[in-house]
Amino acid sequence: MGQRIVVLVEHLAGEATDVTYELLGLARRIANADGAVVEAVVLGEAVGHLAERLPADRVLLLEHPSLHFLAPEPAARALAHVLGSTPPRLTIVPNTSLGMDVAAWVATRLGWPLISYCRALEHRDGRWVATAQLFGGKILADVPLGDEPSVVAILAGAFSADAVEPGSPGTIERVAAPAELEQLRSRVVALERPEAADVDITRAEKIVAVGRGIESKDNVELAEQLAQALGAVLAASRPLVDAGWLPRSRQVGKSGLKVKPKLYMALGISGAPEHLEGMKDAELIIAVNKDPKAPIFTVADYGAVADLFDVAEALLERLEG
Amino acid sequence: MTIAVILEQVPDVVEELEIAPSGTDLDRDTVTYVLNEYDDHALEEALLLAEASGDTVVAIGIETTGEIDQALYTALAKGAHRAIKLVGDFEGSWLSTRATAELLVPVLRDLAPQLVLTGVQAPDDLDGQLAPTLAALLDWPHASVVIGTEFANGHVRARKELWGGMTLTVEFVPPAVLGIQAARQAPRYVPVSRVRQVMREATIEEIEVALPPHASITVERLYVPEASGQAELLTGSPAEIADRILELLRTRGLL
Repeated sequence: MGQRIVVLVEHLAGEATDVTYELLGLARRIANADGAVVEAVVLGEAVGHLAERLPADRVLLLEHPSLHFLAPEPAARALAHVLGSTPPRLTIVPNTSLGMDVAAWVATRLGWPLISYCRALEHRDGRWVATAQLFGGKILADVPLGDEPSVVAILAGAFSADAVEPGSPGTIERVAAPAELEQLRSRVVALERPEAADVDITRAEKIVAVGRGIESKDNVELAEQLAQALGAVLAASRPLVDAGWLPRSRQVGKSGLKVKPKLYMALGISGAPEHLEGMKDAELIIAVNKDPKAPIFTVADYGAVADLFDVAEALLERLEG
Repeated sequence: MTIAVILEQVPDVVEELEIAPSGTDLDRDTVTYVLNEYDDHALEEALLLAEASGDTVVAIGIETTGEIDQALYTALAKGAHRAIKLVGDFEGSWLSTRATAELLVPVLRDLAPQLVLTGVQAPDDLDGQLAPTLAALLDWPHASVVIGTEFANGHVRARKELWGGMTLTVEFVPPAVLGIQAARQAPRYVPVSRVRQVMREATIEEIEVALPPHASITVERLYVPEASGQAELLTGSPAEIADRILELLRTRGLL
């Protein structure tokens, strides 16, 4: 691939997020294979300390008050400004809440191709091929990178952060803020952190989690009874929380909470990629789902293709009997 | 003023998905289409905003499936004031996000809405999400992963999810484009009888559109992923499965 591979650094409260290191590791692997240099783009306010410790050959640092929280409009405009001046061969962005704001905006603005939801990037037959997941993870798409500058948005957790080699930080180059950051039509009003919840599912040793298969709000009671009988806490996938059946503090997944319990019992959860991201590191995963092709079975240790109600009732009978 | 909502019919991922002989698209003859669930939330959020502000909601869809009328009539039945269908040589096509945005932009410029809402993502948006793509082409501010909106003093406020339950509230000078993750309340139900009534009484406006040249990516191959790991299956009756689960938990000291 050669030339420059640029990684957008995601950060909050002065700390780079885990996915940043995963992307830097990916960029380093490509660079090692292909003779490229790895550059990190740090956008923010008073984030020079981040730039000083990133494992990249070069860090492009653009600071401006509007970038304090990496809000959508300023982050997209700033990244397009940094990239557009000297287009890199490949730009790697996290497919996260931040990445969703900037990747498509920047690629469209610069007229570059974008491949989203990538979970692999491999060198095959003399070219790089991105593998993206579609249709809730049921289908994969191979998309070769062409010769033009390209943007790929990488799913969190798709690559290990272990490939990041500690070493002396690269050179830091400050980039002047573009004038358009003075003429924004949006501003951040507040950053809100979650209120203390009744239960902290991130600390739970045992979790019973329910998904769409639970069918109705009334049926959540059965799962709650099972959770109590197991000494577990009840959690849910996103659709149930969106429906208001359980509070947001119980949501497991990409935009919810990441959990790592000793037991994760998934009832009626198909296993959308966004959910798997939040629970795949549980020590023991047991899934019950009627669909034998549900993606949850690819991460579960044990699975039963069965009606969750029948299994839950049988479990309750034994635990309470 | 106007709030535009973009609706898309997408393959139902609950159903079996078959790949066409070309290897680069689904077998569209076997696909069951449903409204993109995030678009349904975008519609709900638009209706909630309009109910509070008195604004007009316009639902817009592109005819790619032969079934967009159903989504548009349902939107009207739920309370949308107008429905617009973009027609052209797209039926049976898998339009990229960039192509979808290119088709929508001239219509949105004419409509001049205060807000454009659409689902944060769709199951087939390989080349990025629609909201930021539209925003880039329109040069309007935007936000993705939005879970609530409000009008305040001529501005729009949107709560955007970050991660771990954190949210960022962003204030916009309209017009703006928002990718809705979840509406403030679950999408409202509308009886089929009401939809049928609307189908008799209401009209979907049609606009003929053509796709301008645009940057695109090439899908080389679609395929079903090989399981990276596979669960050991617990078989038998529900009672036998329950016994096996309890045995596993006891063995591991979890009971």
